[in-house]
Amino acid sequence: MNTSVPFVEMRGIVKQFPGVLANDRIDLDIYRGEIHALLGENGAGKSTLMNILYGLYRADAGEIRIDGKVVHFDGPNAAIRHGIGMVHQHFMLVEPFTVAENIILGNEPHKGIRLDRRQAIAKVEELSEKYNLHVDPHARIADISVGMQQRVEILKALYRGAELLILDEPTAVLTPQEADELIVTMRQLVAAGKSIIFITHKLKEVLRSCDKVTVIRRGKKIATLPTADASLNELATLMVGRDVELTVSKTAASPGQPVLQVENLHALDNRGLPALRGITFNVRAGEIVAIAGVEGNGQTELVDCIAGLRQATEGKIKISEQEVTNLTPRQVQEAGVAHIPQDRQKRGLVLNFTVAENMVMRSYFRPPFSSGLTMNQGLAEGYAKNLVAKYDIRTPSVQTLARSLSGGNQQKIIVAREIDQNPDLLIAAQPTRGLDVGAIEFIHKELLQQRDAGKAILLVSLELDEIMALADRILVMYEGKIVGELSGEEATEEKIGLLMVGERGKGGETVAN
Amino acid sequence: MNLNYVTTTTLLFFAVRSAAVLLLAGLGGIFSERAGVVNIALEGMITLGSFAAVAVTLLTYQPWLGVLAAILSGALLAALHGVLSIRFKANQVISGTAINILAAGLSSFLMKSIFDQGGHLLLDTAPKVADWSIPFIKDLPWIGPILGTHSPGVYLAFILTGVTHFILFHTPIGLRIRAVGEHPHAADTVGINVYRIRYLGVILSGILAGFAGSVLSIGIGTAFLENMAAGRGFIALAAVIFGKWTPLGTMAACLLFGVSEAIQVTSNLLGIGKYIPSSLMATFPYIITMLALAGFVGRTVGPAASGQPYEVDKR
Amino acid sequence: MPTEQERPTLWDKLRAFWRNTDWESNLIVPLAAIAFGLLAGSIFVLSIGKSPLAVYKAVLDTIFGSKRSFLDVIGQATPLVFTGLAVAFAFRTGMFNIGAEGQFTMGMLVAGIAGIKLHWLPGPLLTLVCLVAGTLAGGLWAAIPGWLKAKRGVHEVINSIMMNYIALYLTNTLVLSKWLREPGYQATFEVPRKALIPNFMGTTANWGIILAVLAVVVVYYLLWRTKLGYEIRATGYSPTAAEYAGINVPNRLLGALVISGLLAGLGGAVYTLGVKRRVFQLFGFTGIGLDGVAVSLIGRNHPAGVILAALLYGVLYRGSASIQLSTGVPKQVVGIIQACIIFFIAADEIVRFLLKRFSRKGEAA
Repeated sequence: MNTSVPFVEMRGIVKQFPGVLANDRIDLDIYRGEIHALLGENGAGKSTLMNILYGLYRADAGEIRIDGKVVHFDGPNAAIRHGIGMVHQHFMLVEPFTVAENIILGNEPHKGIRLDRRQAIAKVEELSEKYNLHVDPHARIADISVGMQQRVEILKALYRGAELLILDEPTAVLTPQEADELIVTMRQLVAAGKSIIFITHKLKEVLRSCDKVTVIRRGKKIATLPTADASLNELATLMVGRDVELTVSKTAASPGQPVLQVENLHALDNRGLPALRGITFNVRAGEIVAIAGVEGNGQTELVDCIAGLRQATEGKIKISEQEVTNLTPRQVQEAGVAHIPQDRQKRGLVLNFTVAENMVMRSYFRPPFSSGLTMNQGLAEGYAKNLVAKYDIRTPSVQTLARSLSGGNQQKIIVAREIDQNPDLLIAAQPTRGLDVGAIEFIHKELLQQRDAGKAILLVSLELDEIMALADRILVMYEGKIVGELSGEEATEEKIGLLMVGERGKGGETVAN
Repeated sequence: MNLNYVTTTTLLFFAVRSAAVLLLAGLGGIFSERAGVVNIALEGMITLGSFAAVAVTLLTYQPWLGVLAAILSGALLAALHGVLSIRFKANQVISGTAINILAAGLSSFLMKSIFDQGGHLLLDTAPKVADWSIPFIKDLPWIGPILGTHSPGVYLAFILTGVTHFILFHTPIGLRIRAVGEHPHAADTVGINVYRIRYLGVILSGILAGFAGSVLSIGIGTAFLENMAAGRGFIALAAVIFGKWTPLGTMAACLLFGVSEAIQVTSNLLGIGKYIPSSLMATFPYIITMLALAGFVGRTVGPAASGQPYEVDKR
Repeated sequence: MPTEQERPTLWDKLRAFWRNTDWESNLIVPLAAIAFGLLAGSIFVLSIGKSPLAVYKAVLDTIFGSKRSFLDVIGQATPLVFTGLAVAFAFRTGMFNIGAEGQFTMGMLVAGIAGIKLHWLPGPLLTLVCLVAGTLAGGLWAAIPGWLKAKRGVHEVINSIMMNYIALYLTNTLVLSKWLREPGYQATFEVPRKALIPNFMGTTANWGIILAVLAVVVVYYLLWRTKLGYEIRATGYSPTAAEYAGINVPNRLLGALVISGLLAGLGGAVYTLGVKRRVFQLFGFTGIGLDGVAVSLIGRNHPAGVILAALLYGVLYRGSASIQLSTGVPKQVVGIIQACIIFFIAADEIVRFLLKRFSRKGEAA
């Protein structure tokens, strides 16, 4: 389908945010019928560029051409009219609405002033048939799987007549098998004449599923090349700007006594539905145990239970032989548990506190920071200065608000604080989410160092690469249960992937519900 | 309690009447909250509406012009609340509080400067909105004394409940309002103008609350009193929460609160007045409201984005 | 663990304070908001054909006209310091204590009852008992919505407002009951003279101002120099992070609202003992608790800011009494000005926007 005129041309796009040049004269050509990867680190400027193409942001300079004609988008409506559709990384779905309601929202079929629900459903069924994207139009978003939600998002764009689909990190929430299905869907769509921009920071996906790749680094376009000509190492170097080690060097673990023991743990989620259904495992001193699984299979609830942030309805949790089930977060901490929480902005930090105040968040109540009722801010600042220097946290001062630091430096505050507690067990929940390669390398190195210093480490991650790089043992969670255990050596993406969708690995044990 | 035919029908008559005022404001609250804007300024809109109705009726001798003025004044206050909380992202509760202070100040100020009156403003010889009597119904036993004759606003309140239900759940605009209150960003990405929908919701709430004020001062009563709203705006908001943000549920809650107000108003008739002084009885509706909230909130979930300013990314 | 750092000198501390303070949002924006609020009030004055300048002149003349009226400003500001502090303290925990009104009313009422019923106690002790009783009454009044918030998750605003009405009607019920009412008065008996807080030159200003300043210092210390203060601020900024830090969030929410209520209750008690001497029938809210919201907002929820804002309100209150006589402008204009100031404070983006406009025009000129 390639013709000489690209479907979309972006020319010299510039976008300045306070303090950052997010896009610096970027050019991008998208032809009909191609899957074009947009590769770059977190914060490289990919999302900004795509938000400009989708009319959500205005560029400071540069122009966009569609079929050779210059266009100006003053909002998503204009972009939609020109056949551009976007599937955001965080789905833009209204949870209490049905699938059909979400798809038609903003462009509703109606009879007079009345919403025509029957026609809405018919249209959704027709589209879903045509592109082989199966959804139940009557189901509520809150009740369907992440994979189906993604199909709803794609249908939403197609319903609006999208010719170009922008998929922002679409595989981040999928199992390897679901990701494969998505790639099949993408192939079908381009075969039908659509184009796809595939935003990612995962190199393997680019090589596996895309025709062309454009690499962006620190707001600049570095290169565009056909994937057939590219190698993993070459792409990595282009993306990061220096040679990177794709694998972390790691020695064999020498585990000691169990530190964390979890027995038959049950708990409910925020809606009051069972989230954990009989979890049993342990983590020994000097090993990293990783929990793998698709988001929403009980990992968050498990970590919350261990950390004392959620009540268990049944079962036992022990730290170094001391029972801590349903104790308060403070008591769990005193039993020797440190916790790098999954949501650093909501849990891990008080964004409106200074760096110093955040640094003592887990120790402010103890001497020397507090004695009796009073608290000594001066000591807290001294303590924070030491940690800032030790962990190379980039901040103007310890009196700076945590809010104003970059994600990587915010995460470093948490890592420094938690490691400095000298815990027996360190829980790291998605410790590198949204960080750039430098910060990721730093955190991986710290976790391995802690392991080698004899700590027990429980790692929860959605990134299989991270799990395979760090874990000595891998537990896979599916629907509130641990459905399989693999050693670090025997694990492969395929094996973990099968377990992530609830299929037992070798051994042939059936999943009992 | 002394419950015979006369006292019971009187009690229920008052209950329906009180409920209607709360319901009008409550429907306003639904539109506003469903679109994602908390509106504790309902109280001030009722206050200014009840003043505007009396003032314009006094000046024109046309009670329906008074009603129109009440609606306009409510809409104006709502527009102000909208600009502050939507455009300038003020804390919606604080903005609402300021509107309430403004409404109280403005009505006293205007009353003093236009009519040279303080504390209250009587209709005197000017007419109030004439009551409607429903033929046939008004002659039925039980139903007649309770529902047969009311101020038009009372009937409209119940009709508008159905209309609100239809708009919210059976029209495209209703779908958009609900989407904006639940997930404004999602609405934005499909090209819905979040600000416009929010302004619409807030201004509808002002129209309804202003109308409620006119029902209070020239529909049911014949005067404006400085503390006329007496917390009704807040009780209406409690009814919205209690009614799970649905028009029908809110109507049920308003009827409950209406009964509690009616019990207070008719306490002498009911024979309660002998044992409990009327100023103590006056606390009854407020206590019932608190009990209702305490018993049910926590189990109900409102629109997810209610109270949160939305930043349309113009970056 | 922390090592010994060299102790910073006073000069270092001052420099750090200057550097770390956001002067724009803490000083310029509130001042500009007040200016814009006064400007908006002027429009209303103009709309009825009067001169705003005459109004402001009348206000200033009154205040600086005599020592007595100057003292009255302080007298009017005193209870507002208490309610302003109460609201500010709750804001620091992320809660909106619009119930300061009811808590203040209960403080007034219960202090009065204690004074009348325990009249046989010796003077200073009776004063103390009245103050404590009023304070506790305010705390109790806040504890109810606080408990409902902490344990049942009910938003505090509607409940506090309901509590305001209940306090109002409860006060009237008791004031007019045989138990307390002085025949011939719409009020209770007088609190015995020996229990009263002495005033200055017969004005509303009284030694209660010392208690108010003391309360400001205590609140400042509590918020920024104690463990409890750290926990309260953490809870206010981010309840989820506070929970993770090991703070008992429901407990701190309740505690903060109770402390807030104690402050408002103390304000009510001081008002009865220092100004009113008895409890009168109420024909509506006292307004002192509600104005505490504005005082707190204008003072940027900071104890020191509260004092300044309360003084501003004292000026407006005292001034409003005289403008009606001297200029014929209804004193209710003050309510409008108050509302406008809150608008500008709450939507400080407007102020920043306007300031930018003005400064840009200045550059162009």
